[in-house]
Formats: sequence, C-alpha cells, structure tokens
Amino acid sequence: MCGIAGIIYKNGNGAHRIGRDMTSMLQSMKHRGPDSTGYALYHAPGHELVVRVKLADSTETRDLDFEDDVRRRRREVEARLRSAGADVKSTEDVNDYTFSATIDYHGDLKHLADYVESVSHAEVLSLGHSLEIVKDLGDAKTVSGSYGLDEYFGSHGIGHVRMATESDVDIANAHPYWAYPFSDVAVVHNGQLTNYHQWRRRLESRGHRFASMCDSEIIAVYLADRMANGDSLEDAMHHSLEDLDGVFTYICVSEDALGVAKDELAAKPLVLYEGDDMVALASEEMAIRAVIDHEIETYDPYESTVMVWTR
Amino acid sequence: MDTMNQAPSVEEPLFDARGLVELDARVPKVSEIDGEKATFDARHLTTRRINLELRWLLYEQGVTDVTVFNPGAKHSLGAGILTRCKIHFDGSLGYFALGMIDGPEVHISGRVGWSACENMMSGVVIIDSNAGSLTGAAIRGGDLVVKGQVGARTGIDQKGGTIIALGSAGSMTGFMMQRGRQVICGDAGPGLGDSMYDGTIYVGGKVKSLGVDCVEGEWNDADTEFIERKFRIYGLGAPPQLQKFVCGKKLYNYDSLEPSERKLVL
Repeated sequence: MCGIAGIIYKNGNGAHRIGRDMTSMLQSMKHRGPDSTGYALYHAPGHELVVRVKLADSTETRDLDFEDDVRRRRREVEARLRSAGADVKSTEDVNDYTFSATIDYHGDLKHLADYVESVSHAEVLSLGHSLEIVKDLGDAKTVSGSYGLDEYFGSHGIGHVRMATESDVDIANAHPYWAYPFSDVAVVHNGQLTNYHQWRRRLESRGHRFASMCDSEIIAVYLADRMANGDSLEDAMHHSLEDLDGVFTYICVSEDALGVAKDELAAKPLVLYEGDDMVALASEEMAIRAVIDHEIETYDPYESTVMVWTR
Repeated sequence: MDTMNQAPSVEEPLFDARGLVELDARVPKVSEIDGEKATFDARHLTTRRINLELRWLLYEQGVTDVTVFNPGAKHSLGAGILTRCKIHFDGSLGYFALGMIDGPEVHISGRVGWSACENMMSGVVIIDSNAGSLTGAAIRGGDLVVKGQVGARTGIDQKGGTIIALGSAGSMTGFMMQRGRQVICGDAGPGLGDSMYDGTIYVGGKVKSLGVDCVEGEWNDADTEFIERKFRIYGLGAPPQLQKFVCGKKLYNYDSLEPSERKLVL
C-alpha cells in the first residue's frame, strides 16, 4: 500500500517546523506502511553542500567488529571526499551508522557520489544545498525521535511510510530516493511500475547507479536523467507519464519546488489542499488534517495530472 | 496560516503488535441525548469507537437523528448502518465511508474520500463538497448526491440506484456498470461507461472519450421526468442540458451463443 505526503509553504523562508509537520502527517498514515518511514526535508539553501552518507544498514548484524567497521568506512569516505576535491567544513554523527558532512565542492556530483559509494557499504542518501534525506525502519514517531526531526526547520518536504511488497525491509529500499546524481531532488512513490527492468537497463547503460531493487528508485533516476539533459522538473514529470508504465502517484521535490504526478488511470490515491500560503497533499486526508486545525476544502487530482508549486 | 501540532487530532489508539488493528472496542457513550436526537464530538475518538457510538445510539438508545461533529476525515465511518435514521456528519469523511448502508439519510458537510457508499443498498447520502475515486462503487439502490467533483471510476460495477455529481468526474466513470443511473453535470474523463452492461449515464459537459461499448442513447420523456424529479427532490436547481449514454451491447457477451458454441465459432 504505502503512504506519501508532501507540504510546501509558499512564503518559503525556511522558518517552518517542517520536520514536525511531516511527522504528524506520516504518523497519521502509519496503517498504510509500518515497515519504514522516510523524509526529504529542505532548509534554507546555503552555499555549501550537505552530503548524508549511510555506512551500514540498520538491519546489519551488530557483531564485535561492527563499530570498528563503521569507523573504518567513515574514515575512508571522508578521505575520499577530500581527495575528490571537496573541502570538508564539518561533519556530524547522525546515528551509529549515518553521518552528514558539510562540504565546499564545485566538481562533478556524479563523480563524487560514485567515489564515495565505492567504499564498501557506503550509500549517499542525499546530496544538496538544502536537501536532507532521513529514512529508517519503524514508524514516523520512532524515526523522528531517533533523528531529532521535531526541531528541523525548513520550507518544504515530502515523506513516505512503506509497506514493503517487492523488495526488502531495510534502509536501502526505503523512500525517499535521492535523484542521483542531481542535487536537491528527491522522490516518494505509491504504486507499482511494470516497466522497471526495461528502464533500469536503459538508465544503467547511460551510467546511472541504483542503490536498491525498489521500483520507485526508477522515478528519481529517470527525472534526474531528464533534468541533466535540460528538462525542467515539470517537463520531466510530464514525460514520465508517457514513459513509466504501471499505476503510480509520486511526489517530487527540488530546492524550490514540489510537484505531484498521477498515472493515466488515477489508480493510486492522493488528496490535495491548496491554501493561500501552503499546499499539503497526502495519500489520505487524515494526514492533511493532522497539520491543519480548521475545516478545509480538498480534492483528488484527476488522471494524468502533473502539478508543481514553488516556495 | 501556520500549522497545528500541539494536540493530536486522534486519540492514541491501542494497536496490535503489527500496529494495524485497533484493539479498543469500548463504546465511548459520550453523546448528548435529547429524546430521539443525539450529538457527539468525534475529534478524539478513533474510527472503531465512533462507529460503536453510532450503533449504540441507533440500535440501543432509540435515537433516530444523530449529528457527529469533527469526524476528521477518518475512514469507514457510518459503515454498515442498516436502519432508517438521519445522520449528519459535520465535517469530512475518509475512505470507505457509509459502505453497505441500508436505509439511512445521511448529510455530510464536507468532503468524502475514496469508495464512498460502496455497496449501498438504500437510503440517501448528500455530500456538500467533493468525493474521491470509486464513489458509489457497486451501489445497489438509494440516491447518492455529490455537490462537488467526483474522482475516477465513479459508480464502478453499479447495480442500481442513482449517483448525481454536480461537478465533473474522472476517468472510467461507470466502468462495468450493470444497472442504475448516473448524472454527471460537469465533464467526464476518458473511458466513460467502459464495458458497461446496462444502466444510463447522463453527462452535462464534455466527454473526453467513450469507453468500450458505450454509445450515445436516445433521449425520451422518461429521462426528462427522471432528471427533473431528482433535481427537484434534492433542491439542486434547474438541471443542465444533458447527453445520455448507454450500453451499445455489441460486446461478445451479448451474443446468443453458449460458451461451447462460441469456441466452435471462434
């Protein structure tokens, strides 16, 4: 089943409690996916890049060597960031298997990401001037508590609660997906893509990498590929309705925009609220009402719809 | 506008180990009862307990007219009510609202999510705002009036009754419809009446495309009488100019061959 949600404040000054909002929305849809929860949150953009790296999965066996292995991987990742030309300004332990680094880097992001991910078990969860992806096993309250997301301030974000169907229950297969190697773009998805393998082979042949076996990752990489070739986010989303086969609703975010796309059958739910100063959307209206305290007018977008809002 | 997060909109329910099944089955008994009328606030009640309160009022307390405040778009509210009564939901409902009902007159001052009134047998449901996809799926009787838009596959597998939408409808409206009537005053999405067996769909606006075996029907006096009567009953004003669509009955299932004979022919 899975549940997706998004929220964007049109006066996007980055001062909204976006982490807490998203937790409220996702927790109210816990029944749609108890396996894992993920967030893509956007703070006010800075000049430097924030890279979040996972060094192990939360499901990895905690044997006697675990801590040493993670420390070694982290040293290796930091060394590779520097040798790729990044000026590492600061690092922060997110938990015992994830860390984030603030870097000054002006080179090729794909090269940087590939170089970091060539370290065993390392995966770049997100990379951007304002994007940070957090995902882990458990419901929204659990993940928010572990990562301190109640205190995350920003302008917009998306989230996902996952009921695993076609791939494993672990962080690699949890949403959102960063649109590797395009900075500040992330996707959450509810549905099934039936031409996944066809598109995966096609995109891999163009040099893209996949971190999971989840069909949803195709959308993120597909959009990144289109944008790298000059499409705007909205154009790329329109093309996806033609190219991707299956039943799907997905929400995509970039540094300053949030968009939603529905397949031609409108087979996956989405409820939308557009206010004067904010837009909220989710698989269920309950999620929107978890963050709005008065009666509101909502509706279901129709089939083959692409809508984009900017902050 | 800023958001509200201080108080949860739903009480923290007790769930099973998987976190999916709501275990608390206590009847809240929080209603204010005045003779045959009752009201209660559902803001801090879970789906299961709201429905238990409704059943307690209607089946055990002799109440026939209930108003539910702050339903909060929770799912499956009012499902399976099988008695004649009046229910007013003061706010929006979530998915599978009022499924399988038989008899009630329901008014919803808000929106309803997917699959409203699924398998409704009889009664009247008036929705003041929009309704999601699969509105009136497989309804067998009664009248369902939506004053806003309806989503995709409205009246899928409809077996009777009437669905009226004052706004537009999404794709595959009337998909596999078998009997009954739909009145879509606005536009209809692609695939209208796809694979319908019988029944009638009236559309006031543009039809993006007709589905397989759906054809334009011939308007007659009975159509005029039906439309005017329904609009008059529900105070919907003057009906718009409508087009009528019916089943063309050209699909293989309308030939006179037995399955074994069809195999021989094909």
